[in-house]
Amino acid sequence: MGEAIVITSGKGGVGKTTTTANLGTALALQNKKVCLIDTDIGLRNLDVVMGLENRIIYDIVDVVKGRCKTKQALITDKRFDCLHLLPAAQTSDKSEVTPEGIKAIVDELKQDYDYIVIDCPAGIEQGYKNAVAGADKAIVVTTPEKSSVRDADRIIGLLEQEEIESPKLVINRIRNHMIKSGEMLDVDEIVSVLSIDLIGIVIDDDAVIKGANSGEPVAMKPNSKASIAYRNIARRILGEAVPLQKLDEDDGVLAKVKRFFGMRT
Amino acid sequence: MMTNIQKIMIKGTRDGLTLHLDDQCSFPSILKELEHKLSINGVAEEDQPMIRVTIQLGNRYLTEEQKEQLIAVIRDKQQLVVDHIESNVITRQEALEWKENTAITPIVKTVRSGQVIKVRGDLLVIGDVNPGGQVVASGNVFVMGKLRGVAHAGNDGDTQAVVAASYMQPTQLRIGEHVSRSPDAGAEGVYMECAYVEVSQENILIDRLQEIVKKRPDLASFERRMSNG
Ligand SMILES: Nc1ncnc2c1ncn2[C@@H]1O[C@H](COP(=O)(O)OP(=O)(O)O)[C@@H](O)[C@H]1O
Ligand SMILES: [Mg+2]
Repeated sequence: MGEAIVITSGKGGVGKTTTTANLGTALALQNKKVCLIDTDIGLRNLDVVMGLENRIIYDIVDVVKGRCKTKQALITDKRFDCLHLLPAAQTSDKSEVTPEGIKAIVDELKQDYDYIVIDCPAGIEQGYKNAVAGADKAIVVTTPEKSSVRDADRIIGLLEQEEIESPKLVINRIRNHMIKSGEMLDVDEIVSVLSIDLIGIVIDDDAVIKGANSGEPVAMKPNSKASIAYRNIARRILGEAVPLQKLDEDDGVLAKVKRFFGMRT
Repeated sequence: MMTNIQKIMIKGTRDGLTLHLDDQCSFPSILKELEHKLSINGVAEEDQPMIRVTIQLGNRYLTEEQKEQLIAVIRDKQQLVVDHIESNVITRQEALEWKENTAITPIVKTVRSGQVIKVRGDLLVIGDVNPGGQVVASGNVFVMGKLRGVAHAGNDGDTQAVVAASYMQPTQLRIGEHVSRSPDAGAEGVYMECAYVEVSQENILIDRLQEIVKKRPDLASFERRMSNG
């Protein structure tokens, strides 16, 4: 029996789809059986980021409406046999699926997979409710921008009302030089406001965009910093204690001293 | 005979008159006797100063209507004005309201963006109030964490109410009908501070938590919170 993780954020364009694609790929790299579900109906793009758009025959609305079996709608990844995608519908409307409908599919898939990773649409309405139904865990993605953190906070508040484990946080698109110059919120500040556990930080990396355009998630690349970050998130999900990547090389004496005294740095 | 017993006792005090009304007889008979008594005694010149009257009801409960009737009878006598009416008894309803208004409600959580916590009486938040979150109380608001959202104390109009926080960096503070907002650019927060309304200035001030003891010495007292409602 696997577990279902929903990737959500409130705000659009912060990296939910990117995180879903890369987390799925990174888990598959660890030989886990993974199924990705795109619940962004009407605005599907997980298939594009995964490079699988040309293989779609049925979609999630077909499954909910009983026009096909769940298995028939699943697409196998180009790179891994253990990685599958249930695409969203492009021509239908969000209202065609219900939280119950999605939950039934997630529960069915949990029998066969180690991890179900659910890509959530932006917003807090129907689409969000659909995506969260059936999830056991949640990952909240934010960027180091005030508006994004605000929306993440809103989503965390809503997730706390669900029967879901306390969500984990991914801070995406970090730009080191802007944090240093104080133009961007820093990681500590964000974690202090949101007060949930941090499961990963991902820098802003051109390789992510290249990967998305070529349909090959950056997690496949051995050396890019973003790739390592996504693979580390996967390892933490699998229960490994992987320290956070250093944003810059010199950690500073103060940080070490603080750690020595068991203070939060 | 019963009729010989005084239903109304009038006492003069430094502050005016106190009327002690018998609490066993019927209300109409009180009114009647009051009218009678006042018409005997109430003969005075027009230019005398007003005399303030306190009415002691003992163990009698009066509805608002009955109080109005009582006041009306006294008002007819031109030099008398009812200052207040005291009774030993209150209704269940009033007692419940008192209880609500004097209670302190603890909330143990992070109040997140989009969430509103609203209570009667005092609110004690054990956790942070994040930007976009809102905490509202008819009494005081105490935040044992970081206040970064909106706090409204005394939302029924009690301008004596205060907002105190371990870390104060609110988007907006409201006390009674007073509002103050954070500065538009990069305001740093302050630790252990308390906001209150300075009566003379008609606006919200923030001061060290220690100072509030001087500004609101009766902050924790039962009586103050009892009169919230
Ligand atoms: N770490 C990153 N570095 C660079 N670009 C990124 C990163 N994460 C996401 N992006 C880009 O940001 C855009 C929005 O990401 P996406 O995952 O589609 O967001 P969402 O699904 O939350 O709307 C995409 O163009 C994506 O390639
Ligand atoms: Mg998306």
